[in-house]
Amino acid sequence: MRKYKLFYLVMIAALVYACNPPAAENKTNGESTTAQESPAGGQEAVQDNDSQKDVVKIAVGSADHSTLVAALKQAELVTVLSNAGPFTVFAPTNDAFNKLPKGTVEDLMKPENKAKLQDILEYHVSVGVFKPEMFSDGQSINQANSKNISLSVKDGKIMVNNQANIIATIPAANGIIHVVDAVLLPPGN
Amino acid sequence: MRQSELKTLSLLAIAFATTVFSCKPKNVSTTTSGDAAQKVYVAPGKYDEFYNFVSGGFSGQMSVYGIPSGRLFRVIPVFSVDPEKGYGYSEETKPMLNTSHGFVPWDDLHHIALSETDGVHDGRWAFGNGNNTPRIARIDMKSFKTAEIIEIPNSAGNHSSPFITENSEYVIAGTRFAVPMSDNNNDVPINTYKDNFKATISLIGVDKETGKMNLAFQILLPGVDFDLARAGKGKSHGWFFVSCYNTERANTLLEVNSAKNDKDFIMAVNWKKAEEYVKAGKGIKKSVNYAHNTFDEHTHTATSVMEKEVIMLDPKDCPDMVYFMPCPKNPHGCDTDPTGEYIVGSGKLAAVIPVFSFTKMLDAIDKKTFEGDYAGIPVLKYDAVLHGEVKKPGLGPLHTEFDANGNAYTSMFVSSEVVKWRVSDLQVLDRAPTYYSVGHLSVPGGPTKKPWGKYLIAYNKITKDRYLPTGPELCQSAQLYDISGDKMKMILDFPTIGEPHYAEAIPADIVSKNSVKFYKIEENKHPYVTMGDKEAKVERKGNEVHIYMTAIRSHLTPDNIEGVKLGDVVYFHVTNLEQDWDVPHGFAVKGANNAELLIMPGETQTLVWKPEKVGVYPIYCTDFCSALHQEMQGYIRISAPNNNVPLHFSTGTNQPKSEDDKL
Repeated sequence: MRKYKLFYLVMIAALVYACNPPAAENKTNGESTTAQESPAGGQEAVQDNDSQKDVVKIAVGSADHSTLVAALKQAELVTVLSNAGPFTVFAPTNDAFNKLPKGTVEDLMKPENKAKLQDILEYHVSVGVFKPEMFSDGQSINQANSKNISLSVKDGKIMVNNQANIIATIPAANGIIHVVDAVLLPPGN
Repeated sequence: MRQSELKTLSLLAIAFATTVFSCKPKNVSTTTSGDAAQKVYVAPGKYDEFYNFVSGGFSGQMSVYGIPSGRLFRVIPVFSVDPEKGYGYSEETKPMLNTSHGFVPWDDLHHIALSETDGVHDGRWAFGNGNNTPRIARIDMKSFKTAEIIEIPNSAGNHSSPFITENSEYVIAGTRFAVPMSDNNNDVPINTYKDNFKATISLIGVDKETGKMNLAFQILLPGVDFDLARAGKGKSHGWFFVSCYNTERANTLLEVNSAKNDKDFIMAVNWKKAEEYVKAGKGIKKSVNYAHNTFDEHTHTATSVMEKEVIMLDPKDCPDMVYFMPCPKNPHGCDTDPTGEYIVGSGKLAAVIPVFSFTKMLDAIDKKTFEGDYAGIPVLKYDAVLHGEVKKPGLGPLHTEFDANGNAYTSMFVSSEVVKWRVSDLQVLDRAPTYYSVGHLSVPGGPTKKPWGKYLIAYNKITKDRYLPTGPELCQSAQLYDISGDKMKMILDFPTIGEPHYAEAIPADIVSKNSVKFYKIEENKHPYVTMGDKEAKVERKGNEVHIYMTAIRSHLTPDNIEGVKLGDVVYFHVTNLEQDWDVPHGFAVKGANNAELLIMPGETQTLVWKPEKVGVYPIYCTDFCSALHQEMQGYIRISAPNNNVPLHFSTGTNQPKSEDDKL
């Protein structure tokens, strides 16, 4: 039930975020009393419960990825990943984040570390759809933050950076998600 | 996660996702600035400030909008048939769509290049590319009609075109697909790509006075994919720059296989040098077959000529003509700034936007600062040619336009935004979201030496939830931003025809003052012109029946025609005798397996009809022309081949009745 509790917490947090944009974004521009000047939501705000889910909606729907979802929101990557893509997202589970040294996630979630968080999360995203059968041993793939990941394929088992196992694969409307059991850290971090 | 947990959570997850995504921010529809309506409002009867010539993508056409209102003025048929205008259906326009593959009634028009004099728009011609069956079209900006189409041999997927030099000396056309280019046999296994497939860049000369195009020469290049291009200007006049991807030279699953190299190329071509090599006879004459179609404004008729030869330059025989500059990750856009000093390469998979310096490039060439060669062509060192990189601009940079104040605007497809940055110090100054997934951008005069600035138009690929839905296929859109201040302000969002790719905008007065109002009837040299009602006639030549018909408010002459037999081929040559602006007449006949004619004042157009049943067929004017438009009608009688009805035509009179003719 621990997972469920966390799930509800994230759900409430997400609701608050989605319905109440930060005050700074909501200010009127002074030139008119009726219109507002502010960044609006991207495709994540499109109301569509019929189409296949995109990578963000799938992550949001998975209780095991609440940390990832919270991090994507903090890094302002929700809009990006709701767009046309196509994306391959290596999605670390909550347990994967928990394996990081204590305090790491909390630290990355601080506003002053947003760029670092973006860099790490973008290291989990490739622009392109890589199905499991397309991975080969020794393959290198360039990620959205411009750094490469390496893959090993041994006895049908796929590992990323000799560190993260792909434990599940979920097709999405705008790409594909590979659930991984470790957080990938970009070289130099 | 265990399977049971997944199941339990799935319902919660759906409820959760639904809740999250139904909380659409309240301000989505009002993300415009407060005075937006005022800024885009062009009062009834007033004119827009700019014409916007917009590519129609897979519609194959070019559309013309007003900026800032976003009002659509005209869809110019270019590469696709247009039954509304009779384009591709009338005998006069059919040759425009002739190719070496025969009549091709569709294409995919991606990019626009407006003609320039000294690097500034001169308002004479708009060029557009046909991607699929490689062609370049020239549109006359006086008549807003397609005046010429030239096919490009040794090309496939004519994407990297048309891009124009600063005095419209050349239009550049680069092939996207490399293709086998043997003189004898191109039936080769696809897996011999690396050995047999080559790419070309074509330089199409443009006549200074008439605009008439000619395929001046081609350059034979290694089999990479050319994506986009720009000519140099000012100090870099005499060069052009082309983005190259798939330097891996993959022939399958390019999604993965062309994304392997960390850097692909921006190719720099010294076209003045190339001209010298052509003059010096360094080119090889290659046997080819391509169509060259021109529309004559005096005969109101297109002719198609098959051309048989092209001059090909090979860089191995022509040193110092072609260089590669490394550019990160599958570059798409390749844009030169108004000074001609900076070349922006936008690697759509890159996390930076590299900006190259023309001065540094010349210096590196001079000092031979090469990191090696690629298929025999020197590759300059990245650091030696780099002005700098725009860091963290966003994700998926595609295209860059410029204003007159040293700023650049780059579209970001993946992150769906426009990023404004300063060319001198590469600092990001502003970013604005697009709705959604922006492709090309247009600033009035943005690709020239003299950007007029003021507005930026973003052309979006996806419009989910932006307008009332229209089923699975939604329109694409343009979004207008006011860029006169420090911050970009979105002021309008309007749907477009087809899929807009590149577009150019030009001050209205440069174009509007030259607009043709009608064609002088006395200058009509059409072989089947009818210069007045009294000259209307019907002639039989074997089984061809030629009807010399006139149209003027509000009758067709002749409007009663008899003596045509089943098995005849009927040619309606309709001349519009009006000499007044905005009074086209249309013409249609019941059951014709064809479109209508739409005949401009002073013009002659021909509809061919092969009647298949005996009977009496109505004919009428299809374009509302006067209060008596509905009276502008007539009949043509088709008789059995053995019926002895004499050929007869009239308007306003009847032949004496015969008792035998009663039903």
